[in-house]
Amino acid sequence: MAAAEGSGGVGGPLFAGLADVSISEDIPVEGEITVPVGSHSPDDDYSTLDEPVRDTIMRDLKAVGKKFVHVMYPKKSSALLRDWDLWGPLVLCVSLALMLQGGSADSKDDGGPQFAEVFVIIWFGAVVITLNSKLLGGTISFFQSLCVLGYCVLPLTVAMLVCRLVLLAGSGTVSFIIRLIVVVAMFGWSTLASTAFLADSQPPNRKALVVYPIFLFYFVISWMILTFTPQ
Amino acid sequence: MSAPGAAAAGGGRSGTAADWGGFEDNMQGGGSAVIDMENMDDTSGSSFEDMGEMHQRMKEEEEEEEGEAGTAEEEDGEFLGMKGLRGQLGRQVADQMWQVGKRQASRAFSLYANIDILRPYFDVEPVQVRARLLESMIPVKMINFPQKIAGELYGPLMLVFTLVAILLHGMKTSDTIIREGTLMGTAIGTCFGYWLGVSSFIYFLAYLCNAQITMVQMLSLLGYGLFGHCITLFVTYNIHFHSLFYICWLGVGGLSTLRMVAVLVSRTVGHTQRLILCGTLAALHMLFLLYLHFAYHKVVEGILDTLEGPNMPPFQRVARDIPVVSNAVLNTTAKAIALTL
Repeated sequence: MAAAEGSGGVGGPLFAGLADVSISEDIPVEGEITVPVGSHSPDDDYSTLDEPVRDTIMRDLKAVGKKFVHVMYPKKSSALLRDWDLWGPLVLCVSLALMLQGGSADSKDDGGPQFAEVFVIIWFGAVVITLNSKLLGGTISFFQSLCVLGYCVLPLTVAMLVCRLVLLAGSGTVSFIIRLIVVVAMFGWSTLASTAFLADSQPPNRKALVVYPIFLFYFVISWMILTFTPQ
Repeated sequence: MSAPGAAAAGGGRSGTAADWGGFEDNMQGGGSAVIDMENMDDTSGSSFEDMGEMHQRMKEEEEEEEGEAGTAEEEDGEFLGMKGLRGQLGRQVADQMWQVGKRQASRAFSLYANIDILRPYFDVEPVQVRARLLESMIPVKMINFPQKIAGELYGPLMLVFTLVAILLHGMKTSDTIIREGTLMGTAIGTCFGYWLGVSSFIYFLAYLCNAQITMVQMLSLLGYGLFGHCITLFVTYNIHFHSLFYICWLGVGGLSTLRMVAVLVSRTVGHTQRLILCGTLAALHMLFLLYLHFAYHKVVEGILDTLEGPNMPPFQRVARDIPVVSNAVLNTTAKAIALTL
């Protein structure tokens, strides 16, 4: 390149010709450049980065709380599906796993299901159910399904809380019967709630195929809650 | 600027290639520039350096008259051309390899991580699943021509999960205080390990014995064969009669085993092969049911306690010591049978 420029210098400006080039008027080279701006919803008129932290947290907490209410009173609403989030399931999973700690086995063994096992079972089970419903031809997305299954663990977490309180009072046959009734009721509630949300996304003749693994999943969680015995 | 340099070098190469017989082994297609460039990076022969030296010497002879500044420049230019060419070549090759690798990786990912591969195996209706569940208990009569096996994975997968749930339920009703977490992992591992492992093993044997069966069909067959196990265990975990278990073991377990064996026999040719394949499957299937009953259930010990009094040592329920447990349990079972007889 240096040689070329050098030789160019000898024979006049190399690129002089370009300066003479004029653009003919036929070719439109002017216009407007507009950056396409997405339509703002009224909520996003200001950047959420500027708002105080309390507002952000309160907004997320309200969304999570609204979904909890939807789970406790399962009507066919699409709010749970539309804005999915995984905060609620995380909180529920962690609290359930924490409450399942401290169960006793023989005193020399480590007691109860470990935190990691509960965590893995819940999330792995939810993933399997989601994959199953997708493979069966469901129209729901992966994270929406995870969201619904996670939120529907709420009744079982309430059952765990009740069981722990009942076990504080004593651990005889009566308390076992009470716990059994509570856990079975909450298990039914969970299954019905998640079915109400998930079964709609399936072709109508395959609902039973989707409901069955959900039934098994909540059954295993209920089993873990029912067999919990404190130290 | 690199292209003319390459062409010049290539042209120079092919011009002198005839002098160097050693290159004719390497050259595949005559004097194409691409091959020459490939050989250019091969410094195994001293010819490359000699080429460079020759070029350099030729240039020096030509340009001695033109003046030293020009010569030096050209030499440098030539050298830069060679060096720059090698560097550029290396860069291009590396770039190309990166592109190809990236393309292959993304293709492989979209091929294997695509969930749609499994979609045809889950294309079932509830009616079909129910029909297949019932069929899995009915041995076929015609073993002279190959029986049809539905290659479906939904039913077997759900049956394996059901078996896990039943095992957990059995541990609860046997009222033992156990390390729940570890046993849950053990239960899941046992059931899935049996389904996948024995399927693979029988598929391997089928390959050796020339049986006409694919892996998915084997998984499906064995999965549906677990239906008998599920029924047996569900019944015997709730009704604690020992003889009932043996009746169920032979009856229900036997029926589902017979069905699997009949289907395999219909797809295998030759007596020895049929014997090997079906004997192995029958043995594994029946023994698995036996194992599941004795390893996860301690009803026998309870019965013996009421019969013989507190002479027996307390039953040490440790999940890991399965052989010790099953030995002790088998001994006590024999004693119980002797006592009842």
